[in-house]
Amino acid sequence: MKKEPIIHVKNVSKSYPIAGKEFMALKQIDLSLNEGEFAGIVGPSGSGKTTLLNIIGSLDKPTQGDAFVLNKDIKALSHNEAASLRNYHIGFIFQVFNLLPVYTVFENVEFALLLQNNSAKERREAVMRALNWVGLTDHADKRPDKLSGGESQRVAIARAMVKAPKIVLADEPTANLDSENAHEILKTMKKLNQELGTTFLFSTHDEKVMGYLDRIIHLRDGKIEKDEKNKL
Amino acid sequence: MIKFIIRGILRDKSKSIIPIAVISVGVMVTVMMSGFLEGVFSDVINQNAKLDTGHVKIMTKPYAENKEQLPNDLALLGINELIDSLNLNYPDLIWTPRIKFGGIMDVPDASGNTKLQGPGIGLAISILSEESGELQRLQLNKSLKKGRLPKRSGEIILSDNYATKLNISPGEKITFFGSTMEGSMVFQSYEMTGTVEFGSPLMDKGTFIIDIRDAQNMLDMENGTGELLGYFKDDKYDDQKALVIAENFNAKFQESKDEYAPVMFTLKDQNGLRESLDMGDAFSGIFIFIFILAMSLVLWNTGLIGGLRRYNEFGIRLALGESKNNVFKLLLIEASVIGLIGSIIGTSLGLVFCYYLQEVGIDISKDVANSTIIMPSVMRAYVTSDLFYIGFIPGLFSMLFGTALAGRGIYKRETARLFKELEV
Repeated sequence: MKKEPIIHVKNVSKSYPIAGKEFMALKQIDLSLNEGEFAGIVGPSGSGKTTLLNIIGSLDKPTQGDAFVLNKDIKALSHNEAASLRNYHIGFIFQVFNLLPVYTVFENVEFALLLQNNSAKERREAVMRALNWVGLTDHADKRPDKLSGGESQRVAIARAMVKAPKIVLADEPTANLDSENAHEILKTMKKLNQELGTTFLFSTHDEKVMGYLDRIIHLRDGKIEKDEKNKL
Repeated sequence: MIKFIIRGILRDKSKSIIPIAVISVGVMVTVMMSGFLEGVFSDVINQNAKLDTGHVKIMTKPYAENKEQLPNDLALLGINELIDSLNLNYPDLIWTPRIKFGGIMDVPDASGNTKLQGPGIGLAISILSEESGELQRLQLNKSLKKGRLPKRSGEIILSDNYATKLNISPGEKITFFGSTMEGSMVFQSYEMTGTVEFGSPLMDKGTFIIDIRDAQNMLDMENGTGELLGYFKDDKYDDQKALVIAENFNAKFQESKDEYAPVMFTLKDQNGLRESLDMGDAFSGIFIFIFILAMSLVLWNTGLIGGLRRYNEFGIRLALGESKNNVFKLLLIEASVIGLIGSIIGTSLGLVFCYYLQEVGIDISKDVANSTIIMPSVMRAYVTSDLFYIGFIPGLFSMLFGTALAGRGIYKRETARLFKELEV
């Protein structure tokens, strides 16, 4: 029996009103991702990468077409249902880390679990497990301002992974990292993808990232130009 | 979750200390200003009532028209009968006669020759009768600076400044020179038993007090008085009640042909108090309103800025799967907690300062030394029940309102747009 794709985007278009005119950010996109894929949307700035990622992450809705994530119709979700989908099944990793500065590393990772009403013991175990994945257990009590860029991004990965999501969406995750840290981060994510089977979808134009991807979806002017297995 | 958020607020000084400090200061100043203005106006009313106007005052019409001249030749007569009638008709009031008169006070030396002389204003009250309540009303026991109060006829007390000016000490003799109500010359010697401080520069300048019976005998005012003062038994001035009583009393004498017919005035209808107190009340009301409004705007803005500054945090929380409702709800809870803490601190500090100002006050005696109106020489605040909420309510709700407005942005925008604006 053929497995259902974990992400299924059918004929999706997205337009925004800009200066009284409709700007088409995405034009009739068709895309499917299976569970456990390590894929990336690659394209220049303004090509629609982030818009597509936002729709898949239930932060936005398509103007036309349908987007299904874990069999949930993104267009039909209420705000609370979309929040619940993100809470339980989707992890986000951002370009600028976006850790909450007043909380410790432990608390930043724990925050995702607070929304799921887990017990303190469950949270502690899950947080330490996630910090172990990214090699930061000895930094648990530090504040983000005491961490390097690479360490901060690893905390962000732990925060995205702590709730064991089905999908992790990473928007330019290496853009603020030096080459060495970027490779470390990508290796960590690849390891988590292989060990836990989590689906990773990147938005990037960083060649370092492309080297790690199994599948590259080229986006230009809101259209998929090419969708290929990575031969690198 | 709430604990987690509160922990964050406490760690981030810009989210906690600064808004709490702004609210505390705003609420404290509101409470202080309100208590202080209430105290000053109440003191002006109380002091005028106690020293001069009563809650209501009865004089003859011509006496009232010339009262600055202390015209005892126009005094009320037959006051015992009048008091009996007043007690019957107005049982809420206590009546007490007072005579004011002017003259020269002469202090003799050991051989009986004039040592020092000076003009003075005499105030004759029922000082020897405990039932009159005049001792308590004028707080003469508290005001005593030297010696003792008169215990028998023929004794006199002077304001402390006046006694210093005349260089007279308790136990010495002093002679009054003046005229009777009929205009005959009169002189009478008294034993000075002590000095008092009234706390009103006008009274402290040159006032002496004798018993009313001594004054009636000396001034040929048997069963007469210059002024008959009425005080509400609960000792609180009620302008509406006083106006009704005065109107009722005056209506009885409206058609009277007697040119010495009595006329009643309320406290506020004397010494121009109605205009000045009403104006003062209006100004203080406007001032407090403007202050509360300004404070509310500052706090509203604090809440607004505080909310806007945290858009980045909200974006992260939304991305992590927190619902808009929950972000907004927790934001309001935070604002309530901060508003509550700030309001409690501000109200407490305001009350402490008010209590200090109530007990110690601000001495303005030098500034009002030449004042021609009766006003307290020490300005005090009053701690009243309204001080517990006058700053508390705007302190709590302004912050909440500002935060709610800032949080409204979370609902007005689509999640993705908000997410983008949140700089995530």
